[in-house]
Amino acid sequence: MKRHLLSAADLDRDEALLILDTAGEMRSLADRPIKKSPALRGRTVVNLFFEDSTRTRISFEAAGKRLSADVINFSAKGSSLSKGESLKDTALTLEAMGADAVVIRHSASGAPHRLANSGWVRSSVVNAGDGTHEHPTQALLDAFTMRRHLGDLDGRRIAIVGDVLHSRVARSNALLLATLGAEVTLVAPPTLLPVGVETWPVTTSYDLDATLPKSDAVMMLRVQRERMNAAFFPSAREYSRRYGLDARRMGLLDAHAIVMHPGPMIRGMEISADVADSERSVIVEQVTNGVAVRMAVLYLLLSGSGEAPETSENNTTAGTEALA
Amino acid sequence: MSEHLIRGASVLGGEPADLLLRDGVIAELGPGLSAAGAEIVDADGLVALPGLVDLHTHLREPGREDAETVLTGTQAAARGGFTTVHAMANTEPVADTAGGVEQVWRLGREGGYCDVAAVGAVTVGLAGERLAELGAMAESAARVRVFSDDGKCVSDAVLMRRALEYVKAFDGVVAQHAQEPRLTEGAQMNEGELSGVLGLAGWPAVAEEAIVARDCLLAAHVGSRLHVCHVSTKGSVDIVRWAKSRGCQVSAEVTPHHLLLTDELASTYDPVYKVNPPLRTREDVEALRAGLADGTIDCVATDHAPHPSEDKDCEWANAAFGMMGLETALSVVQEAMVDTGLLDWPGVADRMSGAPARIGRITGQGRSLEVGAPANVVLYDPSVRRPVDPADSASLSRNTPYAERELPGHVVATFLRGKPTVLDGKLQ
Ligand SMILES: [Zn+2]
Repeated sequence: MKRHLLSAADLDRDEALLILDTAGEMRSLADRPIKKSPALRGRTVVNLFFEDSTRTRISFEAAGKRLSADVINFSAKGSSLSKGESLKDTALTLEAMGADAVVIRHSASGAPHRLANSGWVRSSVVNAGDGTHEHPTQALLDAFTMRRHLGDLDGRRIAIVGDVLHSRVARSNALLLATLGAEVTLVAPPTLLPVGVETWPVTTSYDLDATLPKSDAVMMLRVQRERMNAAFFPSAREYSRRYGLDARRMGLLDAHAIVMHPGPMIRGMEISADVADSERSVIVEQVTNGVAVRMAVLYLLLSGSGEAPETSENNTTAGTEALA
Repeated sequence: MSEHLIRGASVLGGEPADLLLRDGVIAELGPGLSAAGAEIVDADGLVALPGLVDLHTHLREPGREDAETVLTGTQAAARGGFTTVHAMANTEPVADTAGGVEQVWRLGREGGYCDVAAVGAVTVGLAGERLAELGAMAESAARVRVFSDDGKCVSDAVLMRRALEYVKAFDGVVAQHAQEPRLTEGAQMNEGELSGVLGLAGWPAVAEEAIVARDCLLAAHVGSRLHVCHVSTKGSVDIVRWAKSRGCQVSAEVTPHHLLLTDELASTYDPVYKVNPPLRTREDVEALRAGLADGTIDCVATDHAPHPSEDKDCEWANAAFGMMGLETALSVVQEAMVDTGLLDWPGVADRMSGAPARIGRITGQGRSLEVGAPANVVLYDPSVRRPVDPADSASLSRNTPYAERELPGHVVATFLRGKPTVLDGKLQ
């Protein structure tokens, strides 16, 4: 595996499958009485959250701790980050602390790239969501969840519905799912599709009703009500009517098809409460799988071959034993 | 007063000749000159051009002396072969009064490295609400003829119309930073394939072109002079070409970076490539070069925009817009226009000296190299090629987009009214 995980495009098919298969092993660890592996003992993982996201931060924190890493949370609230300390100065601090991996969440697209490529730190960098760019571990956990229900994703038809323009989840999913051979359809009003989307490895549609019967999975994206103030759509009600997933629309899906949402949901906007809580919904399972996938990413980044620090061999051995 | 005898310079790329600079003018020009007591400058293999004139420079003083001062900016200008720069008005405070423009103009004179022509703001505080006292700035010692809210667009159509009309009284020109503000709210880079992939808010070409088209129509309607700053798109070139063909008094400039660099550099997320208007596509670059070659675009202007490192050593969205350009302008023009066969040296002299001086109504600059003309001369060695070293700069800032990139050419000497500001490649 490469040294950083910045974009879903960093992963070729083999690397993506390795992460997903490793996540499978990690997930079975969670079903055992002792949920902990010593794989990353002595390693330091810093969760650097410039943007509030309790759910993603907790998921990475649990992942690091289950692998016995020392996990340090560094979040904007009440720290030097909120006092205007620059990304560069924060990075230099982390470097001085000897962080092996930095998990970064940032409101600015490309902030993880800056951290990884500016020479400020030597650690591995994991993008935990940057602006309107990418969120690769979310795409991995989504793919992991789909594989559990649908098997091999080759040729599977996935609909991603909603505010694609502002969604880092949609970008990472489109890239990763294409790598895994799935056929992705982005469904949104034309105002919420990015310029240049025709060059992405996806098809697009403005018509949700026409797309649903041909989908094996439908992923609903969060849509902020305030977008209507910038004329992306006329009203929340019209948005829901045209692009929301309610019980009637869910009825258009094939029997085996699943409903997904990266959270946090806005019930009544992009998804109705009965759909979110239905049998087809795998939304809660996505959260569980998130920890396993993030364990796999941290494990492979920090104990993989090549550029990992010297102690890696011991840790790899320990990890393999524990996971066997 | 010092005398310099330049030996064997290729005047505008032509046959070698000698130039005798005496009493601030070109006293003699021709082969085999001699002058007792004159300092000899060996110009074998060097191209002699008239001192360059920049219509668009950000000198940052007053207000951001941590980024640049009039002194350091004009030193950088001299090293780039410039003998006049136009200092943009978006300083702190804004140069929107007679006192403000006189201050910058005077600082330039005191420094002595390069003449500074002050640009006056069109509207008070660049706020786009009411006209600044354009007449007072025109009548001041700074003799302002170019007015611009650069950094901001005069987006209100009525205000733009009135400004165009008003400056006719003193042969002024309104230099527009063409950017429709609503279409570019939060914009970070060229809107296109790449902005969607990178998740950076797009700055669409139409936001420039809509203003360029509107302003050309307004200028034609009221019979005024319009200058379009930093044209960056193929569509803008087409619109300016169309407007000129209809007799509209419009002139346009292109920056060196828009002639060479493309939006693909944004994929590094390195803010040194963040600039306004943004770097565009290869197709736009080709159209800009063609436009400059056929005269649709009248001149090259640097939009030299120095920034301290903390404003660039950060996330893309938090970084300042702008890149340095004075010291590399001639090299970039050689790379993009001369070495590609699109422009010869007389063409370079026109686009970087003659035309901008005419647009800015600067007398004593931009003249052809002939006996009796002011001795504003640059000697340039087009034969060398070397990597750009950001530390090798007179500017206080280091945000050059060409770091490590190899560029051709080197300014060996610059003379301002006969006085060397740069000699042997070194500031004097
Ligand atoms: Zn501008």
